[in-house]
Amino acid sequence: MNGSRAASLTVAWRFAALRIEGFPWIPSAILGTIALVAIFANVLAPYNPEVGVLGERFRPPAWQYGGSEAHLLGTDHVGRDVLSRLIFGARVSMVVGFTAVIVAGVLGTTLGILSGYLGGWVDQVIMRVTDTWLALPALTFAIFLAAVVGPSEMNIVIILGAVYWTRYARVIRGEVLSLRERDFVRLAIVAGCSKKTIMRRHILPNVLNSAIVLGTLMLGVVIVTEAALSFLGVGVPPPKPAWGLMLADGKKGLMAGYWWLTVLPGICIMLMVLSANLLGDWLRVKLDPQLRQL
Amino acid sequence: MKRFILKRLGYAVLSLLLLSLTIFLFVRLTGDPAVLLVEPGASKADLEAVRAQLGLDRPLWVQYGQFMSSLVRGDLGHSFYYRTPVLELYLSRLPYSLLLAAAAMAFSLLVGIPSGILAAVRVNQWWDSAGKIFSLLGLSLPSFWVGLVMILFFSVYLGWLPSSGSGTALHVVMPAFALGWYFAAAHMRLTRSSMLEVLGSEYVKLARLKGLSEALVIGKHAFKNALIPVLTLAGINLVIMVNVAVVVETVFAWPGVGRLLYEGIAFRDFPVVQATVLIGGAMIVIVNFFVDILYAVIDPRIRYER
Amino acid sequence: MSAILEVSGLSTQYVGARGTRVTRAVDDVSFTIEAGRTLGIVGESGSGKTTLALTLMRLLPPAARIAAGSVRFDGEELLSKSESQMRAIRGKRMAMILQDPMASLNPLFTVGDQIAETLRAHEATQRRTAWERARGLLAAVNIAAPERRVGEYPHELSGGMRQRVVGAIAISCGPRLLIADEPTTSLDVTIQAQYLKLLGDIQREHGLAMIFITHNLGIVARMCDQVAVMYAGRLVEAGPVRTIFNEPAHPYTRALIESIPRFGDATERLTAIEGQPPDPSALPPGCAFHPRCPLVVDRCRVEAPTESRVTVQHRTRCWMAAPAPADVLKG
Repeated sequence: MNGSRAASLTVAWRFAALRIEGFPWIPSAILGTIALVAIFANVLAPYNPEVGVLGERFRPPAWQYGGSEAHLLGTDHVGRDVLSRLIFGARVSMVVGFTAVIVAGVLGTTLGILSGYLGGWVDQVIMRVTDTWLALPALTFAIFLAAVVGPSEMNIVIILGAVYWTRYARVIRGEVLSLRERDFVRLAIVAGCSKKTIMRRHILPNVLNSAIVLGTLMLGVVIVTEAALSFLGVGVPPPKPAWGLMLADGKKGLMAGYWWLTVLPGICIMLMVLSANLLGDWLRVKLDPQLRQL
Repeated sequence: MKRFILKRLGYAVLSLLLLSLTIFLFVRLTGDPAVLLVEPGASKADLEAVRAQLGLDRPLWVQYGQFMSSLVRGDLGHSFYYRTPVLELYLSRLPYSLLLAAAAMAFSLLVGIPSGILAAVRVNQWWDSAGKIFSLLGLSLPSFWVGLVMILFFSVYLGWLPSSGSGTALHVVMPAFALGWYFAAAHMRLTRSSMLEVLGSEYVKLARLKGLSEALVIGKHAFKNALIPVLTLAGINLVIMVNVAVVVETVFAWPGVGRLLYEGIAFRDFPVVQATVLIGGAMIVIVNFFVDILYAVIDPRIRYER
Repeated sequence: MSAILEVSGLSTQYVGARGTRVTRAVDDVSFTIEAGRTLGIVGESGSGKTTLALTLMRLLPPAARIAAGSVRFDGEELLSKSESQMRAIRGKRMAMILQDPMASLNPLFTVGDQIAETLRAHEATQRRTAWERARGLLAAVNIAAPERRVGEYPHELSGGMRQRVVGAIAISCGPRLLIADEPTTSLDVTIQAQYLKLLGDIQREHGLAMIFITHNLGIVARMCDQVAVMYAGRLVEAGPVRTIFNEPAHPYTRALIESIPRFGDATERLTAIEGQPPDPSALPPGCAFHPRCPLVVDRCRVEAPTESRVTVQHRTRCWMAAPAPADVLKG
């Protein structure tokens, strides 16, 4: 394949994936749609997602034999409408996902700044803890914590925040260490600003970029972890419609071939995570090429 | 070299201590750990007995001492459900998890490394693009969903592969793939970027200037250098696989330690949960230590550095 | 003396990512080198010297292509050779030394291994023999205790020693031409002189033709017989070292020579050349040097100067250089 033809094909691929140069329209549109669906769930969903009609159990999607237009995407094992549960599930995923990312982000960024800027024993303590927690796989740790405190939507957010802050702390600390040597920080020190002021007014705005990029990258991870937790039964408790929970329920009908209960929620998860990852990748390249190490 | 090993050993021990401390503190954090550490459906008297046994009225560091001393003796508690010591239970399940992890790791390396190398050598061409899709999907799709869809396809629709249990070689195919895809993607990405970096290095340039054949340049000079970070990651990933296989093992009813953890949650068997997490974390620390040593063996620069 | 290397009209271009931007890295370069002689190629960063060297070795990155010209090495045309033919030449008949010796050597293999592999690749030497010869080569480049050094790794040697190893690799198969791309730039000043002496000794002993790429005129004065000055990819002046230093014809060369600080000139300020070298992808029209030239006239801004001869051996590209009288050219 000669050079120019390969080059034009690569350009076409790049457009299709919308990764470089241009803003990733498709992933952002997907995320935006999910967000809108989550906000307007009450209006959009045709049925109550938590209540089922036993007579309507295991109905396949409308286009299959046995399906009806009353339930476009079918029903689950207790007769709840799948479409409605998916719509409200978007709300759960969005809320849990974003909140957890923000909690982890705030906690991790703060500790990262403190650790990187103050140094000394503060740094040592925070770093040792971070290293240890990083050694523990997030999922296992989250399961442990969920077993200890008991599952609920609120608890899950706290648990996810507690598990993932270490990822922020590491990166932010690294940035702060190099920021510390920059001239404008040294000027502030010479000018007599208090440590607190410097951290707040000089360091924080400069690490915000990395924090945001990390946030978008973490979003996908957090959602998958939450889905896994719900699947195992220690995440969002029933009858709330979390996509992960739907997968757990879907397993019950799997051997009988009730595919829509497994495939559809998974597709939703996949779309959200893929979009978050693509958006995060683009942001990472755009906002700071140095962050490519992430 | 000796100093290096000792230093790393020190770090490992410190991490293990911190790990046990973390687990210990979190359990105590909930207010009344006795509720967790007693069988479901126990009477009030039982609760009191457990409280006394744990010494919950004593100062925290005494409790920790008690905790650590039983750990060191190998006593990680008793499973309520199985009525056996947890350590025994864990060890009986571990081989299955190791088998699954080994299969998944083999898959991830056999697919990941060659495609990573090819993607780097043929950068920005078709293979690279295909690789990027493969790795993007692998990193984004939840492994348990992949497993579920595979069951739907290969067990329910096609009837080719068994959907649960662990009897034959066929049983391990789907779980290994479901578990391994994510890691294959990660390994591929790392191999590719590592290879690209090495291919642009001065010593590769000099190797070409020496007139060495392309096979020798890539196979000898580029390959070994590029592989270092990948193998390091792979070593660590092996143990991580054992831990995150929880969901895959649950989906496929594979009798490993992941499934054990699930049972611990499902049956409210807290000693099992606590021990599994503890051992899992300890394994990672220990493996990290050995990987560091291995790194130093492969790369002579490291030995003299620290 | 027959010419080892004859380069004429060589042009190398880099093509931008979308096939649009064309950067002329090397533009219409011609020179000749004979056995046992050294040509110095002088220029600032971005002048195209390294691209020139890589072009001669036919080791350009995929984005580059040789647009025109001919390179005759030992009577053979290099530009029409296949890759496998070039590979037989590289390292064996033509060798190159790079600037940073730490980066040039693979950190995971011993020094002896890296010398031996050239021998094994080109001369099908057996392992044991190659290892022995590697030891001998280390001695030839004045490394003490070669039997010990041969089994050591690059990071265990000092910078000067590493560069000697690179030199040993280069001469291992007895090449006819050695290209040295800024070989002493990464070395301590005290080690530089030793290394240059080593290169000189090697050249005399093996009758090597050498191309010495540098930005340091002092080294050129010491090591080279001929010198070629590059600016923005073009050869703006070329000729015998003595002549060029005493009577530079091109304003750029003149400025370079004048900018060398001299002992005893305590009163004069250091002269630097005004302005910056141009961006290779956006060269000014006409003569590339005209924005910085003290002698610039209108013609320079519009028309790129063609090559003219100051004497038979001394060429330059400048509208303002004094043209030689016709009888001198004929002679």
